[in-house]
Amino acid sequence: MNDFQVPLAGFGGALEFIFSPQSSNVTGGKSVGGLEQSLDLALKQLEVTGLAMAVALIIALPLGLYLGHKGKGEQVLVGVANAGRAIPELALIALVAALIGVGLVPVTLALAVLGIPPILTNAYVGVRQVDAATVDAARGMGMSESAIIRKVELPLAVPTVMGGIRSSTIAILATATIAPLAGVVTLGDYIINEGIYGLDGRIAGAILVAVLALSLEGILALLQRRLTSDGLKLKTV
Amino acid sequence: MRIDKTRWRALLATLAALALTLGIAACGDSDDSTTSGSTEGGEATGAIQQNPENGKVNLTIGSKNFPEQEILGEIYAQALSAAGYKVKTAHNLGSETVALKALKTDQISGYPEYASTALTSFFGLEPEEVPANADEAWEKANEEFEKEDLQAFEPTPFASANAVGTTKEIADKYDLKTVSDLEGVSEKLSLYGSPECRQRIDCLAGLESLYGLEFKSFTPVDIGLRYTVLEKGQADLSILFTTDPQLAAESDKFVILEDDKEVFPAGNVIFVTSKKVAEEAGPDYEETILQVQEGLDLKVMQELDARVELEKQTPKEAAKAYLESAGYIG
Repeated sequence: MNDFQVPLAGFGGALEFIFSPQSSNVTGGKSVGGLEQSLDLALKQLEVTGLAMAVALIIALPLGLYLGHKGKGEQVLVGVANAGRAIPELALIALVAALIGVGLVPVTLALAVLGIPPILTNAYVGVRQVDAATVDAARGMGMSESAIIRKVELPLAVPTVMGGIRSSTIAILATATIAPLAGVVTLGDYIINEGIYGLDGRIAGAILVAVLALSLEGILALLQRRLTSDGLKLKTV
Repeated sequence: MRIDKTRWRALLATLAALALTLGIAACGDSDDSTTSGSTEGGEATGAIQQNPENGKVNLTIGSKNFPEQEILGEIYAQALSAAGYKVKTAHNLGSETVALKALKTDQISGYPEYASTALTSFFGLEPEEVPANADEAWEKANEEFEKEDLQAFEPTPFASANAVGTTKEIADKYDLKTVSDLEGVSEKLSLYGSPECRQRIDCLAGLESLYGLEFKSFTPVDIGLRYTVLEKGQADLSILFTTDPQLAAESDKFVILEDDKEVFPAGNVIFVTSKKVAEEAGPDYEETILQVQEGLDLKVMQELDARVELEKQTPKEAAKAYLESAGYIG
């Protein structure tokens, strides 16, 4: 077997690991991996991602839209967003674990912090870049400020806002792989515990996370298309 | 204010441990070219003699990525460099699988491994098949290693094992002394352990199948949190190590339950190297390693672990202090 074939061989083993249970040296005869466990772990990964996204959206989206509408707080916002992106997630999970413990809630909060900056900045920028004349016209027609946000600014900002949501989702989903260190058993279990699952399991975990990320990205891209007003879409003549 | 202090300590410890665990710490290759442990008085008992011949030999001493392993790695590395070898270290090998691979591909010259881990993880023995006697376990492991052109040196005096630990309060409340005492109450108790523990036969899987215990829940956490979860009252039971310095320092707070059915095999440390390296490095290699590990009994190892885990010394400092106080280096 030459060098070139080795990684491919590893890949085949990993695919097999995903679909059918394999034996392991250290489990006392119990097999590991297989479709059932893979689905279990994938669902857990999606669950914690969904929860964290929900928290991040509830906090960041209204705040970003409001600040963008007011045109205020850019300095603070940039600072918060940059600081948020600079915190290593691993350290954050450790911090949350030391303060409030481990489990689903702390991990959700720690991951939500990771998801806030992209949503916040994109919502802000998205609203800011809406043509001032359009907003003036809406105001001139007698729309209330909240109606302007909901009916004029948000629809026009959809592509940018969704961009933020997409990058948040991917960042959270990918980072949820470290959750097994804080009490939530996600696909990271395959990746962290090479001692149990072997290299095949580790690669299988990576493949599954990648597949989930691409699928979510695809779904969100479709959603973005649906939400974007026809007037904003690039014309294909 | 004391509470604040402990909290910060716990936090720092956690951060450090997590950072180490995932190998955030930059790849720890450091050049240990401390020249000489030349003993000025000549024949101080047990001082390592520098042999200029050894200067031609480059060694890379590895270790897994938790404090006890790093301390051991440092002890061997510093001792070998005192013997004249050119020594580098690689202290952040993620698991025994990674370490073995690094050894087989000549990325490291050798590393300390627990004989029990070698037997169960590399050679597929069931935990109950691991000999309780340290020499027997070593001989058995060495036999297997030799088939792969590797070699294990004689074991350290101390042994380390996993153990079910709990707080004094809970042990008193349910009258727990041995793991078997958990029968009938384990359903009410939550167990925390490393992510790996969940499926290992020498951990949760063994507690379930060999002791027949069922726990209220099992929560995987980073190894660095094993005391934090007990202190915070999240965990009723937590998987600890018998060499943990916390057990000695806070014996009024934490207790470990006796493993009466031997699910957790005790492991003395054996230094694993390749035959090729051992040949090239000459007799001083094995001699130096065996010489410096002589003083490593359970008490000394706990004290060294305490220096790093509780007093926040670096493994390097702890190892140096050990070698100096035992008179191995000047």
